[in-house]
Amino acid sequence: MNVRAACCVVAAIVSLAACQREKRDFEAPTKAVTPPPVRLSEIQPGAISTKTSLEGKYEDNAFALSEGKRLFGWYNCTGCHAHGGGDKGPALMDRVWIYGSEPAQIYATIVEGRPNGMPSFGGHIPDNEVWELVAYVRSLSGLASGMASPNRSDTMHVKAPESNVEAQQPVTAAPSGASERP
Amino acid sequence: MRGKSRRAGRALKAFAGVLLSVIVVASGARAADDAGPNGDWPMAGHDYANTRFSPLDEINAANVGKLSLAFTFSTGVLRGHEAAPIVADHTMFVVTPFPNVVYALDLTQPGAPIKWKFSPYPSSSAQGEACCDVVNRGAAYANGSLYFNTLDNQTISLDAKTGKENWRVQLGDFARGETMTMAPLVADDKVFVGNSGGEYGVRGFLQALDAKSGKALWRAYSTGPDADVLIGPTFKPFYAQDQGKNLGVSSWPGEAWKIGGGTVWGFVSYDPAQNTLYYGTGNPGPWNPAQRPGDNKWTSGVFARDAGTGEARWYYQMSPHDLHDYDGINESILVDVAVNGQTHPALVHPDRNGYVYVIDRTNGQVLSATPFVPITTSMGVDMKSGRIQWNPDKQPEPGKTVRDICPASPGGKDWQPSAYSPRTHLVYIPHQNLCQDAMTSQVSYIAGTPYVGADLKIKVGPGGKRGLFTAWDPAAAKAAWKIEEDFPVWSGALATAGDLVFYGTMDGWFKAVDAKSGKALWRFKTGSGIVGQPVAYRGPDGKEYVAVLSGVGGWAGGIVAGDLDARDASAGGGFVNAMSDLPQKTAKGGMLYVFALP
Repeated sequence: MNVRAACCVVAAIVSLAACQREKRDFEAPTKAVTPPPVRLSEIQPGAISTKTSLEGKYEDNAFALSEGKRLFGWYNCTGCHAHGGGDKGPALMDRVWIYGSEPAQIYATIVEGRPNGMPSFGGHIPDNEVWELVAYVRSLSGLASGMASPNRSDTMHVKAPESNVEAQQPVTAAPSGASERP
Repeated sequence: MRGKSRRAGRALKAFAGVLLSVIVVASGARAADDAGPNGDWPMAGHDYANTRFSPLDEINAANVGKLSLAFTFSTGVLRGHEAAPIVADHTMFVVTPFPNVVYALDLTQPGAPIKWKFSPYPSSSAQGEACCDVVNRGAAYANGSLYFNTLDNQTISLDAKTGKENWRVQLGDFARGETMTMAPLVADDKVFVGNSGGEYGVRGFLQALDAKSGKALWRAYSTGPDADVLIGPTFKPFYAQDQGKNLGVSSWPGEAWKIGGGTVWGFVSYDPAQNTLYYGTGNPGPWNPAQRPGDNKWTSGVFARDAGTGEARWYYQMSPHDLHDYDGINESILVDVAVNGQTHPALVHPDRNGYVYVIDRTNGQVLSATPFVPITTSMGVDMKSGRIQWNPDKQPEPGKTVRDICPASPGGKDWQPSAYSPRTHLVYIPHQNLCQDAMTSQVSYIAGTPYVGADLKIKVGPGGKRGLFTAWDPAAAKAAWKIEEDFPVWSGALATAGDLVFYGTMDGWFKAVDAKSGKALWRFKTGSGIVGQPVAYRGPDGKEYVAVLSGVGGWAGGIVAGDLDARDASAGGGFVNAMSDLPQKTAKGGMLYVFALP
């Protein structure tokens, strides 16, 4: 190969790379915006857009709530959150929610995990069971139906039953101690 | 219940009677040598013998009333500060709780400004794998290098002058529940570190690394086949209960030893004359004992090992088939003790199960085992077999609530290290007075999640005070004096040649008392509860300084550090049930306080 041919090859490679570097997709559908299924932040750039569905599946279902309670023990949730008062993980029976109190937010927390030590259960437990856990987690602070929430435990008595918890006004915030509890 | 307790008490007295002729004749001379010539504090325990005794005597009973603040330093972290500040080469080294930032403070300058800072960036996820707050118990200095562990299982060596990294090694997997919280011991040109995670079904180990390169030299597991535990022909346990082949397998059902705990998260002691290490192994997992019938070797015991090869020399199991999370990790203080006129090189070990053990450290023979707190879970330690006599009435059974378990799972004393003064011959034990109700249950092993199977409700013990600071006379096998405290005394103890003893309280008081009488002499209110290890050192100006980290947390302080909710009595491993008033007495913090005479 002579020098000129080599130069041509190099120039072709450089110009091809340059094409990629300068390419713009003028056909991109810039107006089509998909909102996320769940928002973790309470602020948005500009006007607050309408909520996507944050509904739970089993908030009023006694069987699903009791299943949620059983799974909460089986999957060792109790190891980190105790029976709602917290341990390695935060308390779940108070009004403070680090990652949101809406069912879809709790679902996302369980499935995705959270960076400061919450494992990601997505792909490890059935979807239906996650929703049962979501309903039970909400019952710990009285956010599920009191008529459907569990009223007994298989453990020794450590706290009032979930069915007897007064609904607490949830707040998305950093925990700052027992003094602010109602 | 009451009648049985009284019978247990009589049995205890009978066992204790065997020990009355024990005399301690220890000397602090060697301790002072390993700690360097300048009144440094190069390792958490001050010296290889883990005495936490400073030879400095400028501050004494006559002048301690004038002790004043010299300087402070904020760590910027709000979790439990359990570390000992390390002092060497005119520099103080502080390791924070997670994220385990290391600060070097220049003691030659006014106000001790930052000389360097090192951020190791441990994984945030590791925080979910730490049973009892994301604590760190301190660094170790040797030959110009600083050694410390990160929560995500790295051991790191830094150049102590510059803070530049010499090496780092990854020793465990937090995704399977392993963490590291202990302070390394550096001796014989090796770094000795162990893992935490007894509540996550991990397999405990002690690892030896080459101090210069970080190269792995040997690892001794606390469960499994003899080859993994480094048990060979030189292993000579004193008692029949610890003799046999592969007990680390056969004392477990099936393959339960693979997830059986026995972690090594306490302080390691070293006897240079015998080139031997002494350390305790943690609780077996899970806590629910019904899932692990057998003695569960080699958990909840003390190992003596050859520091060079790691080979086990002897082992003694304080809590065979541990029923109540009575980890054996508490410190072993190496002192010489005379029994019936014969001097034994001994170790003194105040155990979670409620007994102070004096053990001949050459052969593992128990010379005495004496209760230092009220005990309902056992009736004594049989001196012939060496075996603790568990009380069957307090044996957990799945689904059954067992009441008035004393001591509670944190034990008569937890990790918080004792001090020993060769001047008073007393061991100063910071500890708690707690009992509990408990119910165990079947638990599934899911890697990376807790593996416990027990609900606890911890409560105050007899007498109504949750904390005690006990001066223990190992010669007489009894307390010389005791100070009652409202909250568990979760800080370490410091003894000095000024015949003072220092400790901190969970509501933030840092106290100095007379080493001979326990008389209160001085106190200072720090910003947060104290769960750290106080130290004393000689500054570049020749003066004696006393330093402690303030910042409440740890298992006992979880209600504040972790914002736990006391309406659930089982929260925080059941400890919040006993600590529901702590948030009214103290708040989170993270501050170094250093004191000197004006």
